Amino acid sequence: MYGFEIERPTSVADAVAALGADEAQALGGGQTLIPTLKQRLAMPSKLVALSGIAELRYVRREGDVLKIGGGTTHGTVAREAAGNFPGLAALAAKIGDPAVRNRGTIGGSLANNDPSACYPAAALACGATIVTNSREIAADDYFQGMFTTALEEGEIVTEVRFPIPEKAAYTKFEQPASRFALVGVFVAKYADGVRVAVTGASNDGVFRWSAAEEALSGSFSADAVAGLAAPDGSDMISDLHGSGAYRAHLVGVMTKRAVVAAG
Amino acid sequence: MTEVTMTVNGKSVSRAVRGNELLVEFLREQLRLTGTHVGCDTSQCGACNVHVNGEVVKACTMFAAEAQGAEVTTIEGMANADGSLSTIQQAFQDHHGLQCGFCTPGMVMSAAALLKDNPKPSEAEVRHHLQGNICRCTGYHNIVKAIMAASGQDVGAIAAE
Ligand SMILES: Cc1cc2nc3c(=O)[nH]c(=O)nc-3n(C[C@H](O)[C@H](O)[C@H](O)COP(=O)(O)OP(=O)(O)OC[C@H]3O[C@@H](n4cnc5c(N)ncnc54)[C@H](O)[C@@H]3O)c2cc1C
Ligand code: FES
Ligand code: FES
Repeated sequence: MYGFEIERPTSVADAVAALGADEAQALGGGQTLIPTLKQRLAMPSKLVALSGIAELRYVRREGDVLKIGGGTTHGTVAREAAGNFPGLAALAAKIGDPAVRNRGTIGGSLANNDPSACYPAAALACGATIVTNSREIAADDYFQGMFTTALEEGEIVTEVRFPIPEKAAYTKFEQPASRFALVGVFVAKYADGVRVAVTGASNDGVFRWSAAEEALSGSFSADAVAGLAAPDGSDMISDLHGSGAYRAHLVGVMTKRAVVAAG
Repeated sequence: MTEVTMTVNGKSVSRAVRGNELLVEFLREQLRLTGTHVGCDTSQCGACNVHVNGEVVKACTMFAAEAQGAEVTTIEGMANADGSLSTIQQAFQDHHGLQCGFCTPGMVMSAAALLKDNPKPSEAEVRHHLQGNICRCTGYHNIVKAIMAASGQDVGAIAAE
């Protein structure tokens, strides 16, 4: 690792001020950023650790919305969202391993927008709102391609608001060594329709599979998906774990399984 | 350098740390607690697992400065007060849950975290919980067996496949 200073503010306001420094970067749980720093792929002059900010850690329900603080760990979401939004809790419970879940945060995952990460699928499928220290961003505008988001330099994800679906499930075809999604599909059914978001598959990062949304909004059943042609695989991620065509096939399979799991 | 104070295995320690100093470097190099191992240094293997405020974390994937004020427990803090092995450690010995022993400190720390939350886990739950702990020697069966035995469950039926 290159050398840098580390600061540990206890409020969002102090963190925002500290991030104003040249080449300063936020540190969430560090479960992505620390390995990146070790590979010398990032060279911040200062890390601003968010782990000391108690006001960023909560899971609470307000009406039909589940609000999660940006610094909340995956482990906490797995435990505390289980009653109000079991589909989301189950997703969090399958990220990485217990030690990763005890440090990694929802804000860090959404800020990173890894094309194979789990939370982006939930946020997009639920039409979540990503709240930062300065504004609210709709999930449909937030994800802008792999590792790219609408966040500005120094902007902190402070809260994620999930409209609670009537039914939802996430199914992940795991890349067994990392447990990231080779393909992961989040299906969310609301009174006004169904949304389907796919992670792990596309070179453009998480995306909505509109053909499946239409079919499932008509009839929420695995059969409704069975008749659909798989999305185009020619543009999908092709690597040693699977070809684009294989991933495209998995999108259909995992969508069906998610619908069955959602019940 | 930043000054940090934390409690490690029940004792308060204060030291100056570099901004990029990992918790595992702090434990091994400053405190000379070398029971916490570095297997991969890429967040994959769990050999460096310790407890921070009662939760298992990878000490190679956390900065020492972030442990300011925390309670840290390492493998050196796991034995009983009289120096005898704890139930989990003894079960690893009794059920041959280790061969070279490199992964063992991390395995014991993971096992202790599991049994604290789930005192009688099923075999499947033990295996799921160990997903972040890699062992190159044992093939895992005897590790799972040791943890089941440490939880007071009958392990006669767990076959070495
Ligand atoms: C072994 C292993 C397995 C994993 N498996 C999975 C998996 O199955 N599925 C999955 O989805 N992920 C997986 N991950 C990634 C994990 O979920 C990370 O925790 C997550 O991607 C990043 O969150 P973090 O809080 O650790 O952020 P960090 O690593 O601290 O930061 C990541 C990026 O986000 C920025 N950032 C952090 N917090 C904020 C914030 N609040 N606001 C704005 N920017 C912020 C940082 O500056 C940095 O650029 C795995 C990681 C490991 C090490
Ligand atoms: S050394 Fe920390 S996970 Fe392998
Ligand atoms: S006993 Fe050798 S790595 Fe596990």
